[in-house]
Amino acid sequence: MAKDKLPPLNERRRFLLQTLQGIGLATLGALTWSAYIDEASAASLVLRPPAALKEEDFLSHCIRCGLCVEACPFDTLKLARAGDNIPIGTPYFRAREIPCHMCKDIPCVPVCPSGALDESFVSTITKNGDKELDITLAAMGIAVIDADQCIAFWGIQCDACYRACPLINEAIVIDASRNDRTGKHAFMAPRVIGDVCTGCGMCEKACVTDKASIFVLPLAVAKGRAGSNYIKGWDAQDENRLKDQKGGGETTLTPKSSQKPIDYLNSEEF
Amino acid sequence: MTWLFKHRFLILRRLSQIGMIFLYFAANVWGWKILQGNLGSSLLFETLPLSDPFAVVQMSAAGALLGLDLLIGAGIITLFYALIGGRAFCSWVCPVNMITDAANGLRRLLRINEVEYRYVLSRHLRYWILALSIVLSAIFGVAAFEFVSPIGILNRGLIFGIGFGGAVIAGVFLFDLFGAKNGFCGHLCPLGGFYSLIGRFSLIRVKHNQEKCTVCMKCTEICPEKPVLHMIGKRSEFVTMGECSNCARCIEVCESDALHFDIRFLNQKKSASL
Repeated sequence: MAKDKLPPLNERRRFLLQTLQGIGLATLGALTWSAYIDEASAASLVLRPPAALKEEDFLSHCIRCGLCVEACPFDTLKLARAGDNIPIGTPYFRAREIPCHMCKDIPCVPVCPSGALDESFVSTITKNGDKELDITLAAMGIAVIDADQCIAFWGIQCDACYRACPLINEAIVIDASRNDRTGKHAFMAPRVIGDVCTGCGMCEKACVTDKASIFVLPLAVAKGRAGSNYIKGWDAQDENRLKDQKGGGETTLTPKSSQKPIDYLNSEEF
Repeated sequence: MTWLFKHRFLILRRLSQIGMIFLYFAANVWGWKILQGNLGSSLLFETLPLSDPFAVVQMSAAGALLGLDLLIGAGIITLFYALIGGRAFCSWVCPVNMITDAANGLRRLLRINEVEYRYVLSRHLRYWILALSIVLSAIFGVAAFEFVSPIGILNRGLIFGIGFGGAVIAGVFLFDLFGAKNGFCGHLCPLGGFYSLIGRFSLIRVKHNQEKCTVCMKCTEICPEKPVLHMIGKRSEFVTMGECSNCARCIEVCESDALHFDIRFLNQKKSASL
């Protein structure tokens, strides 16, 4: 057999092969592991405790100790278990099961040892210069209404979410309009005021439809973004942004723009 | 009575492990304020923060600017194990140790050790995984080992409800039972590796007295980290390798009293003159 003639591995060759083996195995392990982390940390449809950092920062800061979970007097917060499809060990809540009750003293936030829950997000400075907790500053998410399934939009009277809202008439308001179908009733449709809503989920819990027609989504999912190029001309503060703007103001030239507006008025058809 | 004496450290260790989980559990369920949180980070008597330094290292690698409580807590724990004994965390605190010890016991009972496949599973593997956890933490911006850690899963599971985590723990148990002897704690776990490094120069250590040794080798048989007992029957000296978990099983099984706990550095001169 040819194999018998192979000389024994010399030390250098053995060392090189072992090194390569180590690197190969480490790469394999790292790839599998990183695929898992990538998958697990991508779950964005999850509600975090009040004052949580942005999801990405939250994940790097949270040490998964559960102190916030223990501090919550309503058992709202849970620690994600294996198989929950939420980054394992991190605190979250499901509003339809137990919503956040928006405690005035926010017990879950100051106990956080790592800064994943940042007290400054839910504090105001009083006139005396003291810090004061204010849960209405929380931004856990934002309530979104499915107007197709919300029975108030059908014309059936329901204001369960409106009544349940801890910021009644501030975070959810009722828009009354004429019901043309019956001619003698009103639609009393709820509307969420995005800037005020804290995402506590009391409305989602209270909703009477089979699957809640008003539900809380994380801000990153529910919010759009207009971009900095649009300015509210009617808002003096927003218009100030124009002053700091560098560059811009270029005119886009197209064949049409070589014509004067007056020509357009004279020659084009109406 | 002799049985009790023969297992005194084992009993103390189990009391320590179960007691800690019980206190955490009580804090969660009944609101006791003795030891709140879990092994990731806890609060002792509502004042003293304690946190897992390895998790903190990973989080720092991930680029997190951490709270002061966490850093103080990690400092306290690091200092504690740097002074007290090596991997004492593994055998006196970590709940996974009970799972792997159970697997190990069953191995002995079923005589699996005698038909073992000769895996070449290096005991250095844990340091590779340790390095990998820190590199992956830096790349992904999250504490990488905390995403897969069976220690975290079991410890949180016992305090907050185990859920599907039971499968992970069963995996560790089966791996240790059929896969490799002391597979998880002795070869894979990067936290164990981390504490080996921290406790390299810790004070409380097992000491071997060669004059009393009858070379029965019961200690190396029971030891989950065999290489640390390389001096048995050869030299009187301390077990200095960081991998020793100070579980004291060797002390218990030794019938000739050749092993005992001692304080390193303090008694080193005495032993040198022997």
